Amino acid sequence: MDHNGNTELRENSFWRKYLFSADHKTIGKQYLWLGLIMALVGGILAYFMRKQLAWPESETLTPNVYNAFVTMHGTIMVFFVAMPILLGCFGNFLIPLMIGADDMAFPRLNMLSFWTFFVGTLLLILSFFVPGGAAAAGWTGYAPLSAKPIYTGVNWGLNLWILSLALEFASVLMGGVNFMTTAITMRAEGMSWFRLPLMVWMQLSAAIIFMLSVGPTIAAAVLLLLDRLVGTGFFVPAQGGDPLLWQHLFWFFGHPEVYVVLLPGFGVLLEILPAGSRKPIFGYRIIIYSTLVAGVLSFIVWAHHMFVSGMNPNLSMPFSITTILISVPFAIVIFAMIATMWRGSIRLTTAMSFAIGTLMTFLMGGVTGIFNGSAAVDIFIHDTYFVVAHFHYTLFPATFFAAFAGIYFWFPKMFGRMLNETWGKVHFWLTFVGFNLVFLPMFRLGMAGHMRRLADPTQYNFLSTESIKSTQIFITWAAIGLLIGQAPFIVNFLRSIVAGEVAEENPWQANTLEWSTASPPPHGNFEVRPIVHHDPYNYSSPDADSDWLPQDQSLEEITT
Amino acid sequence: MVMYSPEISRSDPVDKATLATLIFLGTEIMFFAGLISSFLILRAGTPNWPPPGQPRYPILITGFNTLFLLVSGATMFRAVKAAQGHRRKRWLLATFGFGTLFLGIQGVEWVKLVEYGMTFTSSIYGGLFYTLIGCHALHLVIALVILIFVIFRSGFGTKTHPLLSLCSLYWYFVVGIWPLLYTLVYLL
Ligand SMILES: [Cu+2]
Repeated sequence: MDHNGNTELRENSFWRKYLFSADHKTIGKQYLWLGLIMALVGGILAYFMRKQLAWPESETLTPNVYNAFVTMHGTIMVFFVAMPILLGCFGNFLIPLMIGADDMAFPRLNMLSFWTFFVGTLLLILSFFVPGGAAAAGWTGYAPLSAKPIYTGVNWGLNLWILSLALEFASVLMGGVNFMTTAITMRAEGMSWFRLPLMVWMQLSAAIIFMLSVGPTIAAAVLLLLDRLVGTGFFVPAQGGDPLLWQHLFWFFGHPEVYVVLLPGFGVLLEILPAGSRKPIFGYRIIIYSTLVAGVLSFIVWAHHMFVSGMNPNLSMPFSITTILISVPFAIVIFAMIATMWRGSIRLTTAMSFAIGTLMTFLMGGVTGIFNGSAAVDIFIHDTYFVVAHFHYTLFPATFFAAFAGIYFWFPKMFGRMLNETWGKVHFWLTFVGFNLVFLPMFRLGMAGHMRRLADPTQYNFLSTESIKSTQIFITWAAIGLLIGQAPFIVNFLRSIVAGEVAEENPWQANTLEWSTASPPPHGNFEVRPIVHHDPYNYSSPDADSDWLPQDQSLEEITT
Repeated sequence: MVMYSPEISRSDPVDKATLATLIFLGTEIMFFAGLISSFLILRAGTPNWPPPGQPRYPILITGFNTLFLLVSGATMFRAVKAAQGHRRKRWLLATFGFGTLFLGIQGVEWVKLVEYGMTFTSSIYGGLFYTLIGCHALHLVIALVILIFVIFRSGFGTKTHPLLSLCSLYWYFVVGIWPLLYTLVYLL
């Protein structure tokens, strides 16, 4: 081949390989980068809010900007960090590998999905810089606050907010169609439904829940956009509209959305815990059934966000009951995870530490959720920092602890190199301790009556006491520590991509199919299409020579 | 050269594209469910329906129009089932004709309603009508565009086209959701 043709070839493959790639592994990594960068943006917003709250006299943020930061922090962390990392990255990267397929069912649709997401992200960032600033109606976009520009003084910021979420939903929709079609039609020979790794089950459940719940919210977004742009009054009482309608439509999606994020996080844990405990998963099928039950229940709990909204109080009781009911299947899954570790020979890797950290913190989130779920208690703590603490104890474990666990675990497969374990442990302890120091005191603030979304709490006498003030300052220092605690990770991550120890095929001695191919896997994933002989959690099997038994290795192969 | 084949030639138990379309339509159904519930909730909260000074929704003519749309569903079904090319061509063109007819009559009705003083912003009553019926019309327009694409790409239906079965699924959805909308929005 002549010289010219050769360079052209290389250029071509650079664009195709790293940027406009249809390979699910590259797309997964692109989502990871996007999510991590947005996490930094979300974290910086949180820093400014904390600075304002600890030292209101510094006037770090005006109330308007504070509202915008609260809104964008929530939007970014839920939709542009949790979604791209937990679904975009882990879903795209792992589903085809774990089921033994060469790619997604629709690779080009997958690429389109990422770039749609990317444009949505750009629009969201752009909204900071339009006149009037970014959306300031809360991440829940409550109407009528969001329905007319005069209420928040934000015009194009909120329109862009709706638009960027619309693009993100379109992207996840394409992704969800892809996830489901892939998992249903492209499983390797022998990969029956009950031999699927639980990660795939969780991704699938998340996709189904998302697809079934997002429709009404898209309808609500259409109505909201018409209110803002055309002048209809669907959510404006003065025009005969109903602001509560927005809350119903939003939370019909909003609550299931929490599980869309949480389930892939559970999926990460359900892969790491057996491999890190060298034991089969406890109650494989029970975990699947519980997840499905929780998925169904998640559609009939939404009004627990609305106990004090002015909706018919007769609805409170049934929604309290379903909400408390939904903790049962989740408790089963958590117990199954703990039972998986019970008497295992635990290998306390960084991934395993983060997995256990997820369990411990999420447990706090789950238990405090019962307080919010029962209407009688919720009326007292609603819209206070108790709620802020509660949902950070559920979403932070999923979005960060579980995501970090997954990154430390699958980094070798993604980049072909290992992350440094020592710095990983440092990162874990800084994150774990930092997180608890930030959010544990918030329960107390909430019980003391500290409302959410308050730019200057010292306007209230009861929030100006020395004890409250010192707690605020303590939380802010802890938050700064938590943010700085991410530095070891950033350095470790960037350094290991180029200079980490080269990873072998199966560094954690795990069973699922992604560990039976090279690190990183070649284009097409497997040299020979794998045939599946076992369930994915065959650890410490007395029949095998080693304490693990890869899914694609038949026992005869080993014994002969 | 980097090669990737989007549709891998493996025999699958379920046709991937069909499955994906069905999953997508599930989301579409939930979208319309959201719109319809919004309609019912807002309607229940409005004391006078229709509000004073606003025209009634055109029940009768839309009822006839509904028949045209249903017929287009039937002709689409015949087109998919047609064994010979020239028959398929006839049924596809009939589908296109009835679909366009439905849309045209809807358009004429809209013009009349606007003349009677019912606009997007005249009342919740008007806004909901245009939003719900407009969303359906938009879906029909998209379905028509796909249909035109299929017709032109298949030599006016004389050859088979892989998109035809997907197009028909989408068409059935647009036709199937209409009687529900008609009943809840116009008749109820
Ligand atoms: Cu909820």
